[in-house]
Amino acid sequence: MSTLRWFESDREKHEALATAWVMPEPTRCVQCGICSFNCPMAVDVRRRVWRGEPVMDSHCLTCGECVKRCPRGVFRFERISALGIGDADLGTR
Amino acid sequence: MARRHLLIGGGPGSVAAAEAIRGSDERAEIVMLCADRHGYYSRPGLAYYLSKELPEKRLAPFTPQDFAALNVRLLLDRAVRIDRAAHRVTLASGGDLPYDRLLIATGSRAIPLKVPGVQLDGVVSLDDMDDARDLISRSRRAKAAVVVGGGITALEIVEGLHARGVQAHYFMRKERYWGNVLYPSESLIVERGMRASGVQIHYSTELAAILGKGGRVAAVETQDGKRIRCEIVAAAVGVLPQKALAEEAGLECGRGVLVDEHLRSTDDDIYAAGDVAEVHDARTGRRIYEVLWSSAVAKGRIAGLNMATGPVHTYDKGVPLNVTRLAGLRTTIMGTVGGGDDADLKGIARGDSETWRQLGDGSVVESQSGDTRIRLALKKSTIAGAVVMGDQAPSFRLHELIEARADVGGIVPRLREPAAPVAQLIDGLWRDWKGRRA
Repeated sequence: MSTLRWFESDREKHEALATAWVMPEPTRCVQCGICSFNCPMAVDVRRRVWRGEPVMDSHCLTCGECVKRCPRGVFRFERISALGIGDADLGTR
Repeated sequence: MARRHLLIGGGPGSVAAAEAIRGSDERAEIVMLCADRHGYYSRPGLAYYLSKELPEKRLAPFTPQDFAALNVRLLLDRAVRIDRAAHRVTLASGGDLPYDRLLIATGSRAIPLKVPGVQLDGVVSLDDMDDARDLISRSRRAKAAVVVGGGITALEIVEGLHARGVQAHYFMRKERYWGNVLYPSESLIVERGMRASGVQIHYSTELAAILGKGGRVAAVETQDGKRIRCEIVAAAVGVLPQKALAEEAGLECGRGVLVDEHLRSTDDDIYAAGDVAEVHDARTGRRIYEVLWSSAVAKGRIAGLNMATGPVHTYDKGVPLNVTRLAGLRTTIMGTVGGGDDADLKGIARGDSETWRQLGDGSVVESQSGDTRIRLALKKSTIAGAVVMGDQAPSFRLHELIEARADVGGIVPRLREPAAPVAQLIDGLWRDWKGRRA
């Protein structure tokens, strides 16, 4: 099932961990809370989405649990550029 | 004196309105009336509570401290009457509350079945937390359940029952699932997914009666005389906006409460948002009704701003979008993608937009690549709508292109080629389009 295979390769995963943050798309979100419930660092991801903010929390590991678990595909990994948010996303699965 | 804002409803429309009012007016008095004894929670999240992906206690996005921080008084009570002349709302518990500006965001409720036996214990729907609790409780004892209806909610109930070990029988009046939004190939994917997980689909089957024993559901009988034993009958045949309060107060209503572009009703001091508001769509020139979380939030924000500042903010309905999981596959539906009626639904369902069913002339492109399935509804040089199943990466690009009515005429011939790499073509076009706008 594609929803369980959100990184195509280890390389892709390591790239995301090192260079990306989690960016939500609030119009897709229904505030169910699966993201916050599955966050191993107890980041209140759901509230970030409600505010339309990227998950820029010092506790965020960019582990991808919220990206993987969200039933509505709210989250993407997005590259961090020197000026801020980049334009190329690294995956939504 | 601080302006008094009374918000009737405990859903996302009211919460978004409360935040918007507070953002514009620090001194305003804000009271939110919530008729649900469980307060504010994610109603769509009930599907994941049923499927055991989420515990009940995690469904509430806001804590009491959050409401206190917003300086919003949350009252668990029901409004029973609006006295427009006196600017007061009567409560079910007795007493009344004054208002200067009123928001009606009373939501929608499931349409009940109309067959013999609906009064039996075991006939259920999925409107709220109590319904979810009831379904979960019944699923501990039940062996089989019959689900009647269509759209997203019917499937959520089927999947929830399956996750809880109940044999689900899904009745469809016609030959395929959600026939006025999905294409046959998409319906087939969903139906295969259901069957693979053990759901028994009964095609061209109509419920004739619910049969009881000792006051409880014991079986159903179909129009063609077949009997199926079950302990639960779940109905998801559509929803109706809860407009009675507004109608009794003399506000103009259609299918919902009629509002202008500022979400103001026919009374200047009363606004409506969420599922109950029937809005005007400037894009199509039609009145549109939709039951989407994102629309409820957007309407709530605009209504709240206008309640605080006067009617200066305009609601742009935008391209309706919903993402859901159909038989395990993430699926995004946006824009206009279908048409006609669905025999399994009366009117509109939860997570549904009338706009989706307004596809007129045009052509369709379908593509399957790996786990990703894309269908585009094309106009001459724009994309009218799309359905994306599986990997959702293309859906983000498509939403932007549809929302902006971007000119895609340059790639239409290539999109129409057999085995066209649709996702790559869309990605390339999006990058060019984004680059030109930068």
